[in-house]
Amino acid sequence: MKFGVVVFPGSNCDRDTYYALKDVLRQPTLFLWHKDHDLKKVDCVVLPGGFSYGDYLRAGAIARFSPLMQEVAEFAVRGGLVLGICNGFQVLTELGLLPGAMLRNKNLKFLCQFVNLRLENTDTAFTRNGTAGQVLRIPIAHFDGNYYAPPETLKDIESHNQVLLRYSTPEGELTAEANVNGSLNSIAGLINKRGNVMGMMPHPERASEDLFGSRDGRVILESLLKGF
Amino acid sequence: MDPKIIADHNLTPEEYDRIVKLIGREPNLTELGIFSTMWSEHCSYKSSKVHLKKLPTTGKRVIQGPGENAGIIDIGGGQAVVFKIESHNHPSYIEPFQGAATGVGGILRDIFTMGARPIALLDSLRFGPLSNPKNRSIMEGVVSGISSYGNSIGVPTVGGEVYFREGYSANPLVNVFCLGLALKEKIFYARAGEPGNLVLYVGAKTGRDGIHGATMASAEFGKETEHKRPNVQVGDPFKEKLLLEACLEVMDRNLIVGIQDMGAAGLTCSTTEMAAKSGLGMAVDLDRVPQREEGMTPYEIMLSESQERMLIVCREDKVDDVQAIFAKWDLDAVVIGRITEGGRLLGKAGGQVVIDIPLDAVIDLCPMYERPSRLIEPSPPLDLDSIAVPSDFKAVLLKILSSPTIADKEWVFRQYDHMVQVDTALFPGGDAAVLRIKGEKKALAVTLDGNSSYAALDPEAGSKIAVAEACRNLACVGARPLGVTNCLNFGNPEKPEVMGQFEAVIAGMAEACRAFGIPVTGGNVSFYNDTEGESIAPTPVLGIVGLIEDIDKVVHPGFQAEGEVIVLLGQSREEVGGSEYLRVQHGLDKGPPPTIDLAEEKRVQELCLGAIDRGWLRSTHDISEGGLAVCLAECCFHSPAGLGCSVSVEDAGRADALVFGESQSRIVVTVERKNLDKLMKLSAKKKVAAAVLGETGGSAIAIKHQGRELINLPVEQAFKAWKWSIPELFRMK
Repeated sequence: MKFGVVVFPGSNCDRDTYYALKDVLRQPTLFLWHKDHDLKKVDCVVLPGGFSYGDYLRAGAIARFSPLMQEVAEFAVRGGLVLGICNGFQVLTELGLLPGAMLRNKNLKFLCQFVNLRLENTDTAFTRNGTAGQVLRIPIAHFDGNYYAPPETLKDIESHNQVLLRYSTPEGELTAEANVNGSLNSIAGLINKRGNVMGMMPHPERASEDLFGSRDGRVILESLLKGF
Repeated sequence: MDPKIIADHNLTPEEYDRIVKLIGREPNLTELGIFSTMWSEHCSYKSSKVHLKKLPTTGKRVIQGPGENAGIIDIGGGQAVVFKIESHNHPSYIEPFQGAATGVGGILRDIFTMGARPIALLDSLRFGPLSNPKNRSIMEGVVSGISSYGNSIGVPTVGGEVYFREGYSANPLVNVFCLGLALKEKIFYARAGEPGNLVLYVGAKTGRDGIHGATMASAEFGKETEHKRPNVQVGDPFKEKLLLEACLEVMDRNLIVGIQDMGAAGLTCSTTEMAAKSGLGMAVDLDRVPQREEGMTPYEIMLSESQERMLIVCREDKVDDVQAIFAKWDLDAVVIGRITEGGRLLGKAGGQVVIDIPLDAVIDLCPMYERPSRLIEPSPPLDLDSIAVPSDFKAVLLKILSSPTIADKEWVFRQYDHMVQVDTALFPGGDAAVLRIKGEKKALAVTLDGNSSYAALDPEAGSKIAVAEACRNLACVGARPLGVTNCLNFGNPEKPEVMGQFEAVIAGMAEACRAFGIPVTGGNVSFYNDTEGESIAPTPVLGIVGLIEDIDKVVHPGFQAEGEVIVLLGQSREEVGGSEYLRVQHGLDKGPPPTIDLAEEKRVQELCLGAIDRGWLRSTHDISEGGLAVCLAECCFHSPAGLGCSVSVEDAGRADALVFGESQSRIVVTVERKNLDKLMKLSAKKKVAAAVLGETGGSAIAIKHQGRELINLPVEQAFKAWKWSIPELFRMK
């Protein structure tokens, strides 16, 4: 499985994501420069976390206009696998590849902490290594992760089983307290209808080895390897 | 020159006369501005330099000691650590968010200027009590400023410390530390190379912000600080991230000769220092400096402290390659001048010469002062009989745990991205932060320490304790200290009692650093922390970096498993002076600080390191503010299994001193029963007192003294008091 990690100006989890894919999972991985027009024949494009363009306008709002994003959009239309992590998720919603938008966290503070995530749908290329209802421990680090979508969109997302991850208690219950950033329906990760584009606010690359005490991020990253 | 203008530039009449003599004429306004910033306390260290020389600065691992942007220590394998601490106190009081944010930006530039990638940030913060809404708003601003800058640029903030004391209400302290990792062969300095080399200006454009920031940091504050707000710069972490990547790229490709960041005193400091350090001169054309606003005068251009700028010197044949890399990162890189022979700074604007001064006058011939000092008497011994032993120890423990200085700081550090770069092996809240080095067995540990109560009561002892405690924190995770950077926060040095404090702190620090064999590789002196004539208590803060040989041996502070033996290493004494207990329970801030015996301290640390190396210790936590009881409570709070403990103290003496006193050189460790004998034997061999206190387990913190129950408190209840204290204070409106 050949991964391409996109580098926007201001990306800061690009090197971490590269490390997790290349050095931990031992997959061929390369960086893709945002000004290029070449996806270098990768099998999966990863949009990493960070503060693309400083997030000065709105998280992810400027990165979507990067030259390379045209190729990424076409790649997605052709069915190519695209994973957006944190700021990458925000870029995907700005680009319209995923529905909804991110608001400021409900406590109006940046949040860096481990969260528990209930795995909702394991019938996708991004989650097939997990079991439905399984609770994953993966860190978040964001200011704008409070997922929002209009009621009819939300209904549509839910009816198509597009929610892959929800903030939960360690036991898998959905509570207001566990929903740390105030996301609608506790949504932490989503997939598009076609099943080839996923966005998630938590950072799977931060839970890929034992250093932080959890390898649960690998459930997502390794699901992608199946069939390759 | 009008005496008022001279005074406005914070120069004495004598200093002005010296300038005239040195340059052989009256300076013009731009030149006066250059002298005033370079001769300011902040840039010149004119009141502290004679004393700083007393600190040990050499060692076989030292690659770079004081005098550069940061210190550098060899960690073997072709790698080096680059680190430095700096204060941003004055700007943070005037404009907490931007003041703290640009503090982070400045220290990051100091590190990557030398060719190192910044891998960790830590902050030492001092605020007034949180019961005062003004202090809450300052703290909220400072924390979000640090968070906004560090999170955006992608350097983890992995630790630090926060203290609350009345004296910091009108003068909060923001000390920012950064650690970088470099390849030994790719280290860069502020050098000019040879005449003919080009001088490039890179990064953000120059605006009118921050003019005279360095001078502002070299004077007391009066009642009105609001009008100084325009002196505070505005940070742009996105721009700095681009600058970081672009600079590391030109350095990696060996395209440049030298580099210097534009921090305090901006272009003035970078142009003069770079040329002077190579014994050369520089000619710059100020019209070429990228400017954000129209009509800026040479004075404003030279003194602006706009952030995210660097000065680079490169050979003429490399300039295209350098500019191409900066263009890739969408940054300006403009040739503004050349390196010249002759040791002068020559500045032109609008075709006119506006600066023509000898560099040695600006830098080497700055006046140095040995200011009068008066030693204050250390606090007399406490009359213990006048202090009542409390009847309810459990209530006292709850009170101490919820005191903001002791309470959980998660409210602070969860606003910081402490995990980015995926190397944080020990999260904030432990004794020291631990950072992995990818692909290596060894790891780094870092801690910031400085108990301001001790230093206030006895500056020399307080300073020694700060060094000892920092090294102890490193020993707790299994690290040996490599080097020190210090941030010395004091009041107005023109007051003899402040100079007395300063000299005492330096004496204590020098003695302790020598005892531990660690060099001071740089740091920062922040004087004039006075508001309305009131000086802060002397506040030395130590940043110490340590090396861990094997990351797999790192020990955590939390109790690991039920039924393990809790052992106290070190000697408890009957002392409560300067303790959190005395302050919280009795409302007293007095007494001599705890005794510090550096030889004993070293023995305890060696024992701890030896036992960790042999793999015997299951958890380690040093005893500091709040004493043994707080230490045990924290071991329970950090326990992954939420374990309690049951202990009994058998020493004779007052129970309050034994349980809440802050005797130094003590560490609480746990061992599996099968290793207890070995630990006790090693302790005896190393001549360290070691006492079995009890064992882990249960769901309560149970503490007895000579068979009498003092405390029996559910961990859950103690945890809540500790965990929710700060968040609840912030909910108050």
